[in-house]
Amino acid sequence: MTTSENSSILLDIKDLSVQFNTDSGVVHAVNHLNLTLHKGKALGFVGETGAGKTTTALSILQLIQTPPGQITSGEIIFENQDIRKMTEAEKRHIRGNRISMIFQDPMTSLNPIMTIEDQIVEMISLHSDLKGPDAQKRALEMLALVGIRPERSKDFPHQFSGGMRQRVGIAIALACKPSLLIADEPTTALDVTIQAQVMELIKKLQSVVNTSFLLITHDLGIVAEICDDVAIMYAGRIVEYSDIRQLYDHPMHPYTQGLFDAVPRLDSPLGGKLSVIQGLPPDPIDLPKGCAFSPRCPNAKEICFEKECGMREHEPGHFVNCYFPLGSKEGGNP
Amino acid sequence: MAKSNSMLRYTLIRLKRNYLAILGFVVLLVLISCAVFANQLAPYDYAEQDYMMIRKPPSATHLLGTDEFGRDVLSRLIFGAKISLQVGLIAVSISLLIGGTIGAIAGYFGGRMDNILMRIMDIQLAIPTILLAIVISSALGPGLFNLMVAVGITSIPRFARLMRSSVLSIKGQEFIEAARAMGASHLRIILMYILPNCAAPLIVQSTLSVAAAILYTATLSFLGLGIQPPFPEWGGMLSSARPYIRNSGYLSIFPGLAIMITIVALNCIGDGLRDALDPKQKR
Repeated sequence: MTTSENSSILLDIKDLSVQFNTDSGVVHAVNHLNLTLHKGKALGFVGETGAGKTTTALSILQLIQTPPGQITSGEIIFENQDIRKMTEAEKRHIRGNRISMIFQDPMTSLNPIMTIEDQIVEMISLHSDLKGPDAQKRALEMLALVGIRPERSKDFPHQFSGGMRQRVGIAIALACKPSLLIADEPTTALDVTIQAQVMELIKKLQSVVNTSFLLITHDLGIVAEICDDVAIMYAGRIVEYSDIRQLYDHPMHPYTQGLFDAVPRLDSPLGGKLSVIQGLPPDPIDLPKGCAFSPRCPNAKEICFEKECGMREHEPGHFVNCYFPLGSKEGGNP
Repeated sequence: MAKSNSMLRYTLIRLKRNYLAILGFVVLLVLISCAVFANQLAPYDYAEQDYMMIRKPPSATHLLGTDEFGRDVLSRLIFGAKISLQVGLIAVSISLLIGGTIGAIAGYFGGRMDNILMRIMDIQLAIPTILLAIVISSALGPGLFNLMVAVGITSIPRFARLMRSSVLSIKGQEFIEAARAMGASHLRIILMYILPNCAAPLIVQSTLSVAAAILYTATLSFLGLGIQPPFPEWGGMLSSARPYIRNSGYLSIFPGLAIMITIVALNCIGDGLRDALDPKQKR
């Protein structure tokens, strides 16, 4: 995945592998993952539970618990610097300041004994020279930006609803105007109407603060609304990467196709069965030898069980990790 | 310092609504002023003996009576407040500081560090507390400071274990990971995020430990390893009153009452503080 316009690349992950040493064996959570994120773009990171999405996000921030976790290979180039080679102090400077994160569960991701204003001030004072009233003023601005009235700034997290807490989380994450915002399933813990509000807010603020955005989700609908590019992840690998139009128009990896088929349609006949991808995701301790999806793939041929294909560009900007991508002339399905 | 102000202010507001805690604070204040102004407050000197007034029950001249050497019990109680409070508070501070630090490090960093530190604590727990206190204070020699150190050291493992378990339960929560993602350092996370969140059990344990420390002091004094006579100490007074419990019960009742009132007051304060420090208790 090389791109000509190198200057516009914000984050370039090369050959990243992460494993966890557990009592039952070595869990290969992320395997030789390559990913590029351009400045100002929003990338959707889709995959089922356990595919390694969160692990990848935490690797970017270098927050993998070691032990048991361990990054075994790869480079994470962020703004032309390899994060893995940085000192602990440099990493702390990056976290929150250049790359910040919105967490999945707003109920637990805020400190229960600090007022929300103090929590934003904490983020600001960690990474800037603003002190006392200046930092406080900035915190109130951030709260206003996410639509929380200033008189509530002295309240504690438990006095807010889930949706408002997630707004506070967003305010904290954006307080230092990071160049990369990672959101790890930011709306999973919220109900559908609040989901829409929160996603809209993130989208709006992404352009206000002018940050790149990495959205981790299993919801293909949200990705379609918000993102510019999509990466589909399966068993610790990217299986398909493309801009949103191409991917939603004609998915090329059988797994992606399976995901789309599994989305219930409003116009499908009542009583019909939902279509599913047969089988289960592979055990990350004991991954299949060839393509990780081969045991479940309807189009798998002999070579799929022998050796993984690797990412190939089948159309400009459309990368697929499959020998027989759907709809291509090289073989596979018509 | 707008930050600490707001937290402190909320805590004080909540504390003010808790009458028991206020009462506890008042009692503690009275005890502390007794200790500080003992020379002015006490009607007699703590060592002043009057052989005409041996083991006399409470009367107008000796409000709480006199002991077996004719010394005024009230004066001895007032002077004793100094020692008892000092030992209780400083001994607990020693164990809270050392035990808390060990527990926090063990819990936060885990792994080998946790194993080594907690096994050392286990070894200490295996030694009977009183025996350990006796060994330490006889090794250090009698004296007020050594007594506090001895009593302090004996309750280190309890604080370490409590701290470690609280830290472990807080550490797994998402807001700690969020703090790391904000770029906070380990020290900052321990001090600003983990410690305040596990303050509640520690405060309760501390107030209870003050009581235990006063009693340990009494035990050691009884064995001659603590405060040396004639200097008064509540536990020591209690144990020296033991032979006279049948005829002069008041001799053991008043020091016992003093210890009880102190402990109840401290427990009220502890309870109040725990509630006040928890923002969810806001009413």
